[in-house]
Amino acid sequence: MKNTLLFFAAILMVYPIYAQNIEVCNTCVVSTLKKAISIAKDFDTIRIKKGTYKEHNILVDKPLSIIGENYPVIDGELKGEIITIVSDNVTVDGLFIINVGTSYTEDYAAIRVRRSKDFVIQNLVLEKLFFGIYIEKSRDGKVFHNKIIGDAIQEYNSGNGIQLWYSKNIEIEHNYVQHVRDGIYLEFSDDCLIKNNVSAENLRYGLHFMFSNNDIYQDNTFEKNGAGVAVMFSKKIKMLNNTFKENWGTASYGMLLKEINDAEIIGNTFEENTIGINIEGSNRIIYKNNNFINNGWAIKVRGACYTNSFTENNFLYNSFDISYNSKINDNVFNKNYWTSYTGYDLDKNGIGDVPYRPVKLFSYIVNRTPETIILLRSLFIDIIDFSEKVSPVFTPDNLLDKNPLTKRITW
Amino acid sequence: MVSIENLHKKFNKNVVLNGVDLNIKEGGIFAILGPNGSGKTTLIKSILGMVIPNKGTINVLGKNIKNSSSYRHKIDYLPQIANFPSNLKVKELIKMIKDLRGHTNEDQRLIERFTLEPFLDKKLGNLSGGTKQKVNLVLTFMFDSPLIILDEPTTGLDPISLIRLKALIQTEKTKGKTILITSHIMSFVEEVSDEIVFLLEGQIYFKGSISELKNKTNQPDFEHAIASILIENHA
Amino acid sequence: MLKILRYSFFDLMRSRWSYVYFAFYLLLGIVLLFLNNDLSKAVITLMNVIIVLVPLIGTIFGVMYYYNSKEFTELLLAQPLKRSSIFLGQYLGVAISLSMSLIFGLGIPFIAYGLFKSNAIWDFSLLLITGTFLTLIFTALAFNIALTNENKIKGFGYAILLWLFLAIIYDGLFLMSLVLFEDYPLDKLSLVGTMLNPIDLSRTLILLKLDISALLGYTGAVFKKFFGTNFGLIISFIMLSIWVVLPVLRIVIKSKKKDF
Repeated sequence: MKNTLLFFAAILMVYPIYAQNIEVCNTCVVSTLKKAISIAKDFDTIRIKKGTYKEHNILVDKPLSIIGENYPVIDGELKGEIITIVSDNVTVDGLFIINVGTSYTEDYAAIRVRRSKDFVIQNLVLEKLFFGIYIEKSRDGKVFHNKIIGDAIQEYNSGNGIQLWYSKNIEIEHNYVQHVRDGIYLEFSDDCLIKNNVSAENLRYGLHFMFSNNDIYQDNTFEKNGAGVAVMFSKKIKMLNNTFKENWGTASYGMLLKEINDAEIIGNTFEENTIGINIEGSNRIIYKNNNFINNGWAIKVRGACYTNSFTENNFLYNSFDISYNSKINDNVFNKNYWTSYTGYDLDKNGIGDVPYRPVKLFSYIVNRTPETIILLRSLFIDIIDFSEKVSPVFTPDNLLDKNPLTKRITW
Repeated sequence: MVSIENLHKKFNKNVVLNGVDLNIKEGGIFAILGPNGSGKTTLIKSILGMVIPNKGTINVLGKNIKNSSSYRHKIDYLPQIANFPSNLKVKELIKMIKDLRGHTNEDQRLIERFTLEPFLDKKLGNLSGGTKQKVNLVLTFMFDSPLIILDEPTTGLDPISLIRLKALIQTEKTKGKTILITSHIMSFVEEVSDEIVFLLEGQIYFKGSISELKNKTNQPDFEHAIASILIENHA
Repeated sequence: MLKILRYSFFDLMRSRWSYVYFAFYLLLGIVLLFLNNDLSKAVITLMNVIIVLVPLIGTIFGVMYYYNSKEFTELLLAQPLKRSSIFLGQYLGVAISLSMSLIFGLGIPFIAYGLFKSNAIWDFSLLLITGTFLTLIFTALAFNIALTNENKIKGFGYAILLWLFLAIIYDGLFLMSLVLFEDYPLDKLSLVGTMLNPIDLSRTLILLKLDISALLGYTGAVFKKFFGTNFGLIISFIMLSIWVVLPVLRIVIKSKKKDF
């Protein structure tokens, strides 16, 4: 007991020495962030008052909290990277960082974390950037509630909003990213959680996974991105309750899956995309309780996809439900609701009495000659689709939903 | 009143009118006669602008009728077969024609003359042929136009109506109107007409009074005169 | 012309065919709403039905009206009326009464179901506009056929043939030529092909509304311009109007030269 008291007393006494506040303002003794960092000791807090600070290449090499008050502006004047964190336990909070330098040889970022642990980056606003937040070979950090507004016009000279490279166990939550190349990009990064973010109007992908495993992304919204969300060469990804909207264009989709195995895609909404999900070489994926609404193609299967299961999804008003380019099918469709189902349910058990064939002959024709899309909904097309339905010649014989539901599924 | 010059008309390859020249002066009753297919109706319809001639000009009241429609204000026409829109009531039809051509009060008197009152609220589709013809006559005579064209006016009429029709024609004549009639009933033609125009193979074969025709053919009566023309030309 | 229009219109409005037509649409609307329990879905189904059915009814009805009202026409021809006003009046009378049956027949059940509270209202208005355009076009085409053919049976035959051709055969040929020439750039050709058939044209309008996501999947720049902007909508409406104007002009010209 005595010892504890002594310990607390000791802490109280040393506190002003070891965790002091350093104020930075334009008229203060310390008028630059660089200066503040150089005089700060480990675990100090640097408080930056409102104002504009023209600085770049700021190296944070000790555990510090850098907190902006009323969003001070850190202006990099397009000269290069602005803040680089190379120490563990760094918090950066409440800054307005603008004018990151652009380079074709180096990926300058507004804020970079390199080989560090336990960092928190939150409440930042980034504008006029090249790369936004770049996490490199780091782990156990948090990227929370940042707003990244890019002005990217061309892919080759623009960077990504939030980029993770060889990082582990990072939480990315409540961020808003727009007008950059890829909103959020993960490469070789495992065990990350991406939650409640909005990624919109980015040049390429809203979210991009490469060689990253065991990640979860949920409750995010991806809207009007150049090509939607791409998940490639990754394993065991959980994709839950996200919304993919209005990704329109030739090579555009809500979600692109390429070489993905053992993923779970549950509770997502794909609305008004040219292609809802584009699947290539992906196996053992569970698709459940997703809504596919008003897409051009709800699902486009490009081949080499085995043992996937599509159960209890709603397919609503899509121009094409499923497009398939081979005659072999090893995927299961069961108990989905399809608005284009025209069968009946005499025994009133909620399951249609005739199976539904989601692949139409016309989708096969459109795959071959894309211009024929203009004949969509023509009576002639309905007639040939009907004949194909009666006796399949071009489309996989066993691709059918044997238990199509007669009412929209709610969950 | 009506002057026709060099009128030609063929339907496909079938020549119907082949250079008709005809002058009809003002006042009087003219009967246009001829065998079936001689072009009587075509001639009338040409005057009315319903048939477009291949060649030739038609002047009505001194004006070329080509591409004009207003001259028909000066013509009352009684079509051959009166088939009216069957959904209309008699009353409505009369109202409609008045609406299209202008105001008149003559219709009341004519309806009385042909005792059409009981039929005014009936639909035209339910009327007998004779009644329809009476309606047809009302529609024709209710306007006070200087030229009247009657195509087979006697079709389906009962004797009383026929008498009334004849009287009507005479009254119109006394008003100084020009009346063109086609008919197959020779006695009717002989009785009412001042002058006849005989069409044969698309041309005017004869134009003049009945007595002139009798003289020309050396026949004692009108019917025989007509018959002799036909026999002559077929022999 | 307005007088003739009025008489033709009221004449038709009292005929049982208008009621049949009206009742048919009423029934169609009710059945679709009842079966689908969903306004948007009913509208989509209806669109598919409308672009095929309206032309059929328009042509058949147009031809039928023309032949049936021949005597009435002749009565009018002897009156001091311009030929163009007689035929245009009759044409508009038929087209408008058909359009009214369509608009009210479908409108009543949908409004009763709560159209105004739903966001399907734009789709539904587009449906009615397209339906009206198709009525105007195909009634005009029917009048053309009837004006050119004195023989009733022949006229009906041609009318059905015309419908069959534009509704089905044309698309078959269209599809075949697209597949046959797939090695060439086809986007312009396919758009031109669409413009030349009023049924396809109306279908395009509907596609613009319902399937824009799918249409934008195609690479062609012309396609993209057409479907990605308002350009397509404007061009389609212009073309539809041309499709109304041309047959109507032919009615005027043809009627001026015709003997009765």
